Amino acid sequence: MTTTKSKPAGESTVHLAAAEAFANSATGPEWLRTLRRNGVTHFTELGFPTTKLEDWIYCNVAPITKLAFKPAAIADANVTAKQLAPFAFPGWTGSRLVFVNGHFSPALSLLPASQKGVTITNLAAALASGDKVAESQLAHHASVDGSGFSALSTAFIADGAFIALAPNAVAAEPIHLLFVSVPGDAANTAQPRNLIVAGTNSSAKIVEHYVSLGGAAHFTNAVTEIAVGEGANIEHAKFQEENLEAFHIATVQVTLARDSRFLSHSISTGARLARHNINLVMTGQGVDCVMNGLYAAGGKQLVDHHTVADHAQPHCGSHEYYHGILGGSSRGVFNGKIFVRKDAQKTDAKQTSRNLLLTDTATVNSKPQLEILADDVKCTHGATVGQLNDEALFYCRTRGIAEVNARRLLTHAFASEIVNRITVEPVREHLEQVLWARLEELIEKK
Amino acid sequence: MKQPLIEIKNLSAGINGKQILKGINLTVRPGEVHAIMGPNGSGKSTLGYVLAGRKGYDVTGGSVTYDGKDLIELSPEDRAREGLFLAFQYPVEIPGVNNTYFLRAAYNEQRKHRGQEEVDAVDFLAIVKEKMKLLELPEGMLKRSVNEGFSGGEKKRNEIFQMAVLDPKLAVLDETDSGLDIDALRIVAEGVNKLKRPDNAAIVITHYQRLLNYIVPDFVHVLWNGQIIKSGGKDLALELEEKGYDWLIGKNGK
Ligand SMILES: Nc1ncnc2c1ncn2[C@@H]1O[C@H](COP(=O)(O)OP(=O)(O)OP(=O)(O)O)[C@@H](O)[C@H]1O
Ligand SMILES: [Mg+2]
Repeated sequence: MTTTKSKPAGESTVHLAAAEAFANSATGPEWLRTLRRNGVTHFTELGFPTTKLEDWIYCNVAPITKLAFKPAAIADANVTAKQLAPFAFPGWTGSRLVFVNGHFSPALSLLPASQKGVTITNLAAALASGDKVAESQLAHHASVDGSGFSALSTAFIADGAFIALAPNAVAAEPIHLLFVSVPGDAANTAQPRNLIVAGTNSSAKIVEHYVSLGGAAHFTNAVTEIAVGEGANIEHAKFQEENLEAFHIATVQVTLARDSRFLSHSISTGARLARHNINLVMTGQGVDCVMNGLYAAGGKQLVDHHTVADHAQPHCGSHEYYHGILGGSSRGVFNGKIFVRKDAQKTDAKQTSRNLLLTDTATVNSKPQLEILADDVKCTHGATVGQLNDEALFYCRTRGIAEVNARRLLTHAFASEIVNRITVEPVREHLEQVLWARLEELIEKK
Repeated sequence: MKQPLIEIKNLSAGINGKQILKGINLTVRPGEVHAIMGPNGSGKSTLGYVLAGRKGYDVTGGSVTYDGKDLIELSPEDRAREGLFLAFQYPVEIPGVNNTYFLRAAYNEQRKHRGQEEVDAVDFLAIVKEKMKLLELPEGMLKRSVNEGFSGGEKKRNEIFQMAVLDPKLAVLDETDSGLDIDALRIVAEGVNKLKRPDNAAIVITHYQRLLNYIVPDFVHVLWNGQIIKSGGKDLALELEEKGYDWLIGKNGK
């Protein structure tokens, strides 16, 4: 991947100083300390991206650089289980790992019954115990220099979720990773670093869930790396419902080995500015992956998805479905890259991006980006931007449904098309509740 | 004679300014079945849409009195709530909306309009199951999104299923028979017959006499070029099947 170098933005000096201080003082094995220093070096070079960079044209991160930078050193101990009740999935029986400001909170977490071949813990613990999988995989998937944000994340590597599945291990229950930001005097920045390593023929369902307590501004800079082994089957859902002052920058970097299956969901309703990079690299043949996404925004929210389906090997399929619902003066950005490398014959790549604009002042920039170097491939893409389908509205009304209710029904349905692809029912139920409430706000405020 | 359920008088209408209906006269009384036949493009679906109140289909002359009210003044949803039902020639797919959920929403809005209490999901399911039997529909259809991925025949059956649940006073069936195989045709037609009562009525738009073997009409009308050019009893359908439309059009042609 090419990266365009930019001059570091002036505001990054504070961040740089903090990163240097952390990298120099934080403990850990030598390889980890080297890794962090490497992050500092790249951050020095890159700084924060500016809108002059093609990948950041619509995503102005200047407000982030103006926010006081107070990275959390530990989990805030004052958070209670009761405060987290609104973020629980109804009828959930699986495990829940809670991270407060990016740091693991054992007291708030529900750890699963131990299961052979399944490790579900936090990264700090894995690093402290000298876990070999963590050592061999951490920062081996996401690039340190993808942007200033990934460099910064690397400099601050400390904690996050760590899940490792031995060959043939099947996680008995879905895993809920809850990232709670509690902005306050001591901290307003969380930089969780998650690592998921799925061995040959293993399988698991994992939900990454980002929320805030209170309405004050905060900054989340998250990186999740997922290595999916041969024949493994992973469903990964990410749900971002942070408060409307929050800044959320996140990368999900996935390496897919031969014959693996990967189902990715990204549902984004919160944050003043949310940027999601979701990169899938197919490094073996016969991979089948789906990228499923939904964003709902209003007010002055900006929600930006940059996705990559990198077909490095032949006979892989990628299917991508993104829906956006935009009200107020919000802006949606969808940039879907499909790379088909020279030898990736028989690639089957499909991408659709559909956007619903609820107001005249909402905007969307939807752009497919296809780079196809093989000749025997099937690649399709389609993008639509518009209002609700008139015919469907009329159909509803001829059944007696009032126009406003028909609009509600169809808007909700547009969201449900995406949500319904999530196979974990309690997650779907939670999403439906949150989304329904958010859509109601967007429809009413229009 | 009973009071008319609908009285269409000299109705003219256009689509986005293009004149399609050019003076339609039709009176339907409770208990009656009227068939409307006519060549492609003669205005049959347009009549259905005008009655249902589709945007862009503007009435330019004449009147429609439905159940004593000026139909044209009513919104599409109010027409439905007053008991008018249109079975679409091409039913619309609504991905993401569960078929049962959709129908219950419609059912309850209609009940609310009539001052009746809304029905909860459990009670509604009982109503729905009853009507499913009538149309021999597979239960799986209830769980799917409205018409999404349904075959042509399934869509038509779903329309009649909706009609069975909503129990309209006046049903306009627009080519509900097209796309149905012979067994499905029989099931749908029998379903329509079972829903027939002395206090409701139907306007059945079709190209084929075979439907009218099952749903026997009291009147048959021929629509051509936006006008009813001939009306008769059920035998007219047989005559049309045999001779086509040319002999009629010839008489009325320009
Ligand atoms: N949106 C539209 N804009 C302009 N003209 C239209 C539109 N929709 C229909 N028409 C025209 O109106 C006329 C009547 O169409 P209509 O669909 O009512 O015919 P029909 O009798 O139902 O035909 P069929 O038997 O094929 O269903 C046709 O000439 C058609 O081309
Ligand atoms: Mg028609």
